[in-house]
Amino acid sequence: MPVRFTVNAKAASSDLPPHTPLLWVIREELKLTGTKFGCGAGLCGACMVHIDGKRAFSCQTQLSDVQGRTVTTIEGLSANSSHPVQKAWLAERVPQCGYCQSGQIMSAAALLKDNPHPTREEIVAHMSTNICRCGTYPRIVRAIQRAAREA
Amino acid sequence: MTAHDRTINVTRRDVMIGALGLTFAFATTRLDIAKAAVTAREMTGKSISPWVSIAPDGSISIMSPATEMGQGSMTSLPRIIAEELDADWDKVRIVPAPPIDEVYGNPGFQGMLYTAGSNAVRSYYDPLRIFGAQVRRVLLDNAAKKLNVPVAELTTQPSVVVHAKSGRKLTYGEIAAFAEVPAKAPDIKPADLKKPSDFRLIGHDVMRVELPNKVNGSAQYAIDVQVPGMLYATVLRAPVEGGAPARIDDAAVKRIPGVIRTVKLDYGVGVLAQHPYAAIEARTALLNNVTWSRNGKAWGFDSDKAADEFAAAVRDPKAPSTIWDKRGDSTGQFAKASTIIEADYLNDYTYHAQMEPLNAVASVSPSGDSCEIWCGTQSQTMAQEAVAKVLNIPRKQVKLHDTLLGGGFGRRGHRDEEFIIDAVLMAKAAGKPVKVIWTREDDVHNGRMRPLSAHYLKAGLDKNGKIIAWHQRIAVDRVLPFADPVRYENAKGRDGIVMRGVEFLTYDLPDITTEQLYRDTGVRTSPLRGVGWTANIFAAEAFLDEIAAKRKIDPVALRLELLKDFPRGRAVVQRCAEMAEWGKKRDGRALGLAFVDYSNTPIAGIVEVSLDRSSGVIKVHNVWSAIDCGTAVHPDNVIAQTESSIVYGLGMSLSERITVKDGAIKQSNFFDYRVPRMSDIPEIKVELVRTENHPTGAGQMGTPMIGPAISNAVFALTGKRLRQSPMTPDRVKRALA
Repeated sequence: MPVRFTVNAKAASSDLPPHTPLLWVIREELKLTGTKFGCGAGLCGACMVHIDGKRAFSCQTQLSDVQGRTVTTIEGLSANSSHPVQKAWLAERVPQCGYCQSGQIMSAAALLKDNPHPTREEIVAHMSTNICRCGTYPRIVRAIQRAAREA
Repeated sequence: MTAHDRTINVTRRDVMIGALGLTFAFATTRLDIAKAAVTAREMTGKSISPWVSIAPDGSISIMSPATEMGQGSMTSLPRIIAEELDADWDKVRIVPAPPIDEVYGNPGFQGMLYTAGSNAVRSYYDPLRIFGAQVRRVLLDNAAKKLNVPVAELTTQPSVVVHAKSGRKLTYGEIAAFAEVPAKAPDIKPADLKKPSDFRLIGHDVMRVELPNKVNGSAQYAIDVQVPGMLYATVLRAPVEGGAPARIDDAAVKRIPGVIRTVKLDYGVGVLAQHPYAAIEARTALLNNVTWSRNGKAWGFDSDKAADEFAAAVRDPKAPSTIWDKRGDSTGQFAKASTIIEADYLNDYTYHAQMEPLNAVASVSPSGDSCEIWCGTQSQTMAQEAVAKVLNIPRKQVKLHDTLLGGGFGRRGHRDEEFIIDAVLMAKAAGKPVKVIWTREDDVHNGRMRPLSAHYLKAGLDKNGKIIAWHQRIAVDRVLPFADPVRYENAKGRDGIVMRGVEFLTYDLPDITTEQLYRDTGVRTSPLRGVGWTANIFAAEAFLDEIAAKRKIDPVALRLELLKDFPRGRAVVQRCAEMAEWGKKRDGRALGLAFVDYSNTPIAGIVEVSLDRSSGVIKVHNVWSAIDCGTAVHPDNVIAQTESSIVYGLGMSLSERITVKDGAIKQSNFFDYRVPRMSDIPEIKVELVRTENHPTGAGQMGTPMIGPAISNAVFALTGKRLRQSPMTPDRVKRALA
């Protein structure tokens, strides 16, 4: 029986084995490749998506877990990169290689949704789930502060 | 955002065939290719393509020869052409150059297409300026003819030729509609180039072209490529280079739904599957079900024991070595010295940890005589040649689609491009296109490391404390013979990767001898951001601090003394000291300084640390840095790259450590290979010291200075010297005991 769920406001279903990580379903089957594979172990955050509005490691979420639930990926975060976090990301010129940035942005968007004006310490605590090997961390902090200001 | 948004999805073929109007291709590396100046119409269907094409609507396509891994060259190199062309940047779109070495090759790497060593802007700068000026000259000549005026009366504004006398103007697009391209490129003299004070683009910040696609998930990396009919695969590689599968029990693998079959390779076992997770599960199921032949050199190798052996050898004057560099007469000078100081240092293996695990997609024709590959590589040349070699076909039969790279750091520029070969061999076996994905565990286990090294340093001081002799012995696992045997042979057997940063040409050290103790452990090794500099500068700059302490002088004063003939070096040290308020006392914290003249880019860094003595954890609170890379084509990007290389240096200095047992790497993912997270990051302030020197590199210059700066700061705080990188808590505690 296929697992049925919603991705970026569209109905989706998958016949893959129910224990398949959501990551591979959305990337390879639904072709939403903005969500990245980085570690497969919930250690780097490159795969971060929102499930029912909360951030989640899609590499640690089984397909069967999302039956009937609502998933948002980077592609569905906004139309035309208009989310305040995305705008701030460009204003601060955050990305370098860019590979981790979808996950960073999804984490940051989840933070600001729950806590529109986080302190620096709150930003650091929340964002330390996500690794950026290019070391864009100083700019990520600035971008989140800017998004909080300008949202 | 801008017209650039669409560039990433434009294929080369669109540009080659679709661009009506002018095209130009004057060679950067070989003048005999200058005849490559052709019109787009003539070019259709031919294998040569241009640097610049201008369409009648005024849009300008500029080829970018460097691969993009976050360092920004995809934007910076075309900006150089656009500057001298006097192009309206909003009308420029950037297209990755096709893999034609003769036209697009990197002058810094003998004309290979290879993005590494922080040298894209440095090496392409002069040719691209001249080339941009040549295109502008052709436009001016055509406009002069059309307007029937002397060319000397014409000037340009962005994308417009102006005849001020008559008030007439022709846009570049208008000229493109009628222009003729001369058979020979116009001769451009240095005086024909813009004065730096007239630069509109160089030295001014701009949105990097691919950035908008990196905030909405549309940027495409190799791992994102999908080809119709494609299968997925993983490859379990022998844990030690040279090993081969001797016995495979794939019973458990066959039970996994979606698995098609295993494929025995010379160096590992591949699994073909219908979907990626089946291939990943199969790889896990294979883990303990393959017996490996113990061919290859590194079996039995233990990195802890090797570190002891390396350290003993550098201390033993009788241990065989070769002279890497000898200037002046250090032996004679040591005899005159009134004080001799000696010390030794160690550096562990470290791993690149680029965020995108290695992967590639390949499709091999049924007859095996042609192949298509989709990959993120630092060298288009190596990628094509490696595949051609494995399939025994001509290079031109390998069609390359190179994508953005999810990090490079040196990992994706090995001559054998083994992660691409995985895909080629699996595609050949499958008879279908295949995407091979390395798991993070594969990426670590099959990683190619910054090598293990031991360093012995000896300095002779005269009665005034001046350093009059310097001697260093370095035992280090080889890199270049493994990573790139071709370059190693061209370099006549000198491993320039591991021995970078030992010459100190801008320090006042005229009498210096450097010995290399060549080691070949068989461990997989690689150029890694900072290459030899990181290890060699860790030793040398910490050692200088020991000398300063012995002389009881300020470490800044010692650097300034050594830099007496290098004002640019003094300038960055002085600026950095001002930024950090060097002389200011701090409670429970201390500062440490390091300076590097990294391939002609002087950079200074100061760190502020505190220390938890019970746990041995070093906390870095602040990093200040001043860098002078000459003309900065894209200043904000130089700052970003320096922040980045500083963070990379923090990880390598404090927490990143690879250990090897029985030849195999023990770590496997981010829980036991700890790269910096946001919680580990200090305040970082980087300043560009602007000069008009020829541009030099900016991609990795901050990495080497961090380790010694931390060691020096901990010494200032505790009086204890940390001599082994990374400076992990257990090592700190031992040093404090």
